[in-house]
Amino acid sequence: MKRFIFACFFGLTVGTAQADLNVFATVPEWGALAQEIGGSKVKVYTATTAFQDPHRIDARPSLLARARQANLVIAVGADLEIGWLPLVLRDSGNAAIQPGQPGYFAAADFVDRLEVPTSLDRAHGDVHAAGNPHTHLDPRNVLKVGAALTNRMAELDAANAAAYRAGYQAFTGKWQTAMARWQKEAAPLKGMPVLVHHASFAYLLDWLGMKEAGRLEPKPGIEPTSGHLTELLARQQNASAKMVLRAAYQQPGPSQWIAGKTGMAAVMLPYTVGGTAEAKDLFGLFDDTVQRLLKGAR
Amino acid sequence: MQKSFAMAALLAASCGAHAASDADLAAIRAQIDDMKKTYEQRIAALEQKLVQAETQAGSPSKSGKSAPAPVENRPSVASANAFNPEVSLILQGQYRHAKNVPGRAITGFVPGGQGANTRGFSVDETELVLAANIDPYWRGQAIVAMADGQANIEEAWFQSLAIGHGVGLKVGRFRAGIGYLNEQHPHMWDFADAPQIYQAMFGEDAGYVQDGVQLKWLAPTSLFVEVGAEVGRGANFPGTDRNNNGTGGGALHLHVGDDVGVSNSWRAGASWLKTRASERSSDFVDVNGGTAQTSFAGDSTTWLADFVWKWAPNGNSAHQNFKFQGEYFVREEKGGLTCVGTCVASSYKTNQSGWYAQGVYQFTPNWRAGLRYEQLDSGTRDFGANAAYLVVDSYRPKKASAMVDYSWSEFSRLRLQVAQDKSMPGITDNQLTLQYVMSLGAHGAHKF
Repeated sequence: MKRFIFACFFGLTVGTAQADLNVFATVPEWGALAQEIGGSKVKVYTATTAFQDPHRIDARPSLLARARQANLVIAVGADLEIGWLPLVLRDSGNAAIQPGQPGYFAAADFVDRLEVPTSLDRAHGDVHAAGNPHTHLDPRNVLKVGAALTNRMAELDAANAAAYRAGYQAFTGKWQTAMARWQKEAAPLKGMPVLVHHASFAYLLDWLGMKEAGRLEPKPGIEPTSGHLTELLARQQNASAKMVLRAAYQQPGPSQWIAGKTGMAAVMLPYTVGGTAEAKDLFGLFDDTVQRLLKGAR
Repeated sequence: MQKSFAMAALLAASCGAHAASDADLAAIRAQIDDMKKTYEQRIAALEQKLVQAETQAGSPSKSGKSAPAPVENRPSVASANAFNPEVSLILQGQYRHAKNVPGRAITGFVPGGQGANTRGFSVDETELVLAANIDPYWRGQAIVAMADGQANIEEAWFQSLAIGHGVGLKVGRFRAGIGYLNEQHPHMWDFADAPQIYQAMFGEDAGYVQDGVQLKWLAPTSLFVEVGAEVGRGANFPGTDRNNNGTGGGALHLHVGDDVGVSNSWRAGASWLKTRASERSSDFVDVNGGTAQTSFAGDSTTWLADFVWKWAPNGNSAHQNFKFQGEYFVREEKGGLTCVGTCVASSYKTNQSGWYAQGVYQFTPNWRAGLRYEQLDSGTRDFGANAAYLVVDSYRPKKASAMVDYSWSEFSRLRLQVAQDKSMPGITDNQLTLQYVMSLGAHGAHKF
């Protein structure tokens, strides 16, 4: 009872008197991070899988039902989920997870975003006003988001705050070791030009010092057209990208076509946790990403 | 309240471990001592954090290069118009090829308005949508439908954001939460027109709009279970506007839904709508072939069943997906009929029904194709003493439609629809519609 009063004192919305934090993560990467930090103290529901285009999700009834019970919604933010999440939040009847409340956490708010457009016009395709939202493929961003998320989880579930901090601490230690390893392994990739299907890998390329030489999509969110691919192919005669990258949820056709014409490797990256068998957690995601890039570069 | 802020600040201070200097730690300890008497339980937790903060502050090299304290990195837009509502405009128009049928109607059903007999090029209603959070507690939305010489308030409501416990409150003018398609605006429809049952039951706007209050509750279960209740003016067909205190209509709805595996999701519902009519006028043909002007006063009760199933491989609807939807309506009307012409005042009792089913398949990111079949049943129409004076049609209107549409992006769509419409006996109307739907500006999320 005293703990309950304590919780109320901080304006917390632990709907039921249970200690577990009910987390609704829109995407697998942040669900996995919440699990790393929270361990057994959190119950994580992930709304999408690595095989679903996170821009195009239906506001399914099951998502409403899950959001209704969540204490914390972890979103990508930067308008990535604008087509479904606002509706899910509003119709969930859950006051605690509305934007502006502690129960709403947008990961993109806590990192430096790339590709913030200077002008907003849909003639440029489905651009995100707040910049490229695919922030998690830079492992340094995972730490930044993790630090903010830990504080948020501790704020919402003060009883387990120490456990969350300890969880984050342990994760940070392991992550920094792994990050050093990835950077060492990926050193040969530095400066390498690559083609990408969609701007999903901006942060990955930025971290590894690789160069984006072109996109298969003519405009963000518009599927590759044969005209645009032919144009891209013509440009490849001079500047030769080494690989063409796509996420697990993107169709293989366009990148395989361009790979077939040029002889470059078509590399499928897991993009998020669950995208490949090896990417079963955040560590696996980066292990596998680096390995696939190295294999493609050979 | 002051103290809770102090505590929160204290908590925040203890979180920002790396920023904590000796002076800060001393200040924190001083505050803790101050509060110890009254907040013993809370202090224990805070001390625990303090110890942790000290450990971290004391050995910064232990965990190597630690993450910098997170700072929210929101874009610092500081102009006054940053608070402007989300604005979107829907442009919709069509080219329609059909038979010229003066007095187009759905035979066997009391017309809720003139049937659409527009042919050639036309611009449908242009919808202007304004929406914004009002404050942390409420969100508002208005939809103004503009057509030649008029602007109709299609919807104008505010809804709750902060009630919690699964409760949602909506007040104003809103599309009733009954059925499936009823809540959707024309630009969200998968076909160029609404199913005929919507036109037969709710008139030319093909949807029931209520001025009133809606209360919804979402059950705290992993199965989606939502119940809703509405009361309001009930001014729209099949009800009529009256100058009364109290309410003129109400509705109840229940929806359940879930996922089946990762690729399928569904929602099913049952709804009930009650409206009252007084002096609802409609024209009948009398036995001599003349026109009898009648006026109905009484109650209408409509039952609706709806079902939607969506499939996408791995749940990734961007490339391929399939959507099935069907709805079944039954309406019962009871009351009295007054009449001008070769007829008498009589009782009035009807029981009528109809359904539609449709499937839409998106086979590439840009192309979709769909089929829809619909059938109505004029059912029983008991006009009491007027049975001897009025011609009572008995008919089963049918319509079959096929459409294919192309979307350049999620904001633009062009649709070709062909339909065979047998809504009037002896007339088979083969219709062709070429329709565009364009969304400008902010475009909110669509319902399931």
